[in-house]
Amino acid sequence: MSILSLAGVSKSYGSLKVTDDVTFDLPEGQALGIIGPNGAGKSTLFNLITGNVLPDAGRIAFDGRDVTRTPPMRRCLAGIGRSFQIPQPFDRLTVFENLLVAATHGRGQGEAAVVRDCADILERCELSARANDPAGGLSLLGRKRLELARAMATRPRLLLLDEIAGGLTEGECTALIRTIRDVHAQGVTIIWIEHVLHALNSVVERLLVLDFGRVIGIGEPGEIMASQEVREIYLGIEI
Amino acid sequence: MGHVIRTRTRASTVAAIVGAIVVLGLALLPLVAGRGLIQDMFFILTMLVLAQFWNLLAGYGGLVSIGQQAFVGLGAYAMFAGVILAGIDPVWAIPLGGLAAVIVAVPTAFFAFRLAGAYFAIATWVIAEVVRLSVAQWKTLGGGTGTSLPRTATRDIAGTGWIEAALDVRGAAARDILAYWLALGLALLAIGAIYGLLRSRRGLALASIRDNEEAARSVGVDAARLKWSVFLAAAFGTGIAGGLIFMQIARISPDAAFSVTEWTAFVIFIVVIGGIGTIEGPILGVLVFFALQKLLADFGAWYLIALGVIGIAVMLFAPRGLWGLISHRTGLELFPIRRRLITTKGNDHG
Repeated sequence: MSILSLAGVSKSYGSLKVTDDVTFDLPEGQALGIIGPNGAGKSTLFNLITGNVLPDAGRIAFDGRDVTRTPPMRRCLAGIGRSFQIPQPFDRLTVFENLLVAATHGRGQGEAAVVRDCADILERCELSARANDPAGGLSLLGRKRLELARAMATRPRLLLLDEIAGGLTEGECTALIRTIRDVHAQGVTIIWIEHVLHALNSVVERLLVLDFGRVIGIGEPGEIMASQEVREIYLGIEI
Repeated sequence: MGHVIRTRTRASTVAAIVGAIVVLGLALLPLVAGRGLIQDMFFILTMLVLAQFWNLLAGYGGLVSIGQQAFVGLGAYAMFAGVILAGIDPVWAIPLGGLAAVIVAVPTAFFAFRLAGAYFAIATWVIAEVVRLSVAQWKTLGGGTGTSLPRTATRDIAGTGWIEAALDVRGAAARDILAYWLALGLALLAIGAIYGLLRSRRGLALASIRDNEEAARSVGVDAARLKWSVFLAAAFGTGIAGGLIFMQIARISPDAAFSVTEWTAFVIFIVVIGGIGTIEGPILGVLVFFALQKLLADFGAWYLIALGVIGIAVMLFAPRGLWGLISHRTGLELFPIRRRLITTKGNDHG
């Protein structure tokens, strides 16, 4: 049974089609990678799934229910969690409070009920030592981890990761991949936009390629990376 | 290993004890203080109430309103209407002020919430002007020139008889003492309610909206509903304060009741120099504001120029205000809302 399905989803800004008739189904528990050149419409596709942007045409269903016009807050409650490409922590709250607000509001539970779970997520995302520090003081890796941890705190069934490995060093990237694999192993469905292809391919089971807002390929990562069309689009990019 | 949330700090426990003593001292002040001091304290307390509500709006809700004078004026006029038209005791007419403010706040929010940032601010100002011009047409309450509370109503306001007998003071002084006690009660209620809100789940959500609204929405925070609640609550509190302020003055006119300088500019000054987004900030701010006013009152227009310069200097060099400087240096929190994760060795209830 597919947890997310998009049917003919389109979005234009003026005459520019940023999402063009996108259709795909995502089975529950799968990790899907999305690749494509800059400006291919990857982040817009995410914003359409989370509800930050509404489509001009098409239909989006989550867990069998139509969410095409549902606001972001309700989609979060339904089980869609996201990380932002540019980390957007609540600067003046502590790292722990960042998770606390996500857990209490994303699940609709009281503070006492979610403390333990928040502490566990901090532990898994290697943020425990910074729990009571203001989030505004975190390093880039810390902020990326916080994006992941905060999204996890809403207890999502579908987790959207937007270029979470971008800008990290090799070692930091490896540590982050470990955490993401761990999250995926718990049965969370993942869609991951990433330019760092080796990071992406070490986690995802399926790849989707976007170009000028259109899906030009979807399938098993090895197969997709071998296709002529993808190679042409990625010409000049090391694979 | 277990985990608990803790907000109390040693400093906050000390602050709570000192605070209780200060409150007791303030409650007993009329026993020893002269009329001038009581009037000054009334001014400080009512400005503090206005500042706390503006801080809730702008510092937490991200709603920078420059039209709060609409609610002060409405509160004042509703109180006068209750006394003059319905013959209600002035003290019991004050809640009408809160009610009137909320009734007008609903359509105000409906229109102003369609705008954001500077446009929202200007919209609130425009709406406040519309309210002022409309109220100025109300002939039974003196129209554009205003009116006074009738002597029959001010002679025996609920409670003044008792104060006159107990403290051995004359009528006008008893009214000032009554107004002072009401202002003290209102300030304590306002601070208590706002602190309670910030300690709750909703308070955490408000802080997250203050820091990043888009991210807050994406983790399930109902930003729209919270903003509505904050706007209506601030209007109610501001309306009550308006009613109380003009009960003490006992005279009203549209220009005084809807003064943007008095009820919004000064209030913003208090919050900004004290420290926006904290409960301590407006308390510190109102004391600084009062001291400046006393020091500079004789300099006429220069007083306002000096206030402006100080405001700009604080915004440039201490964007989180004087309290921001203090708490940044010392980590001090008198009203602690920071939830610290404490890992204990025992079980989860440890």
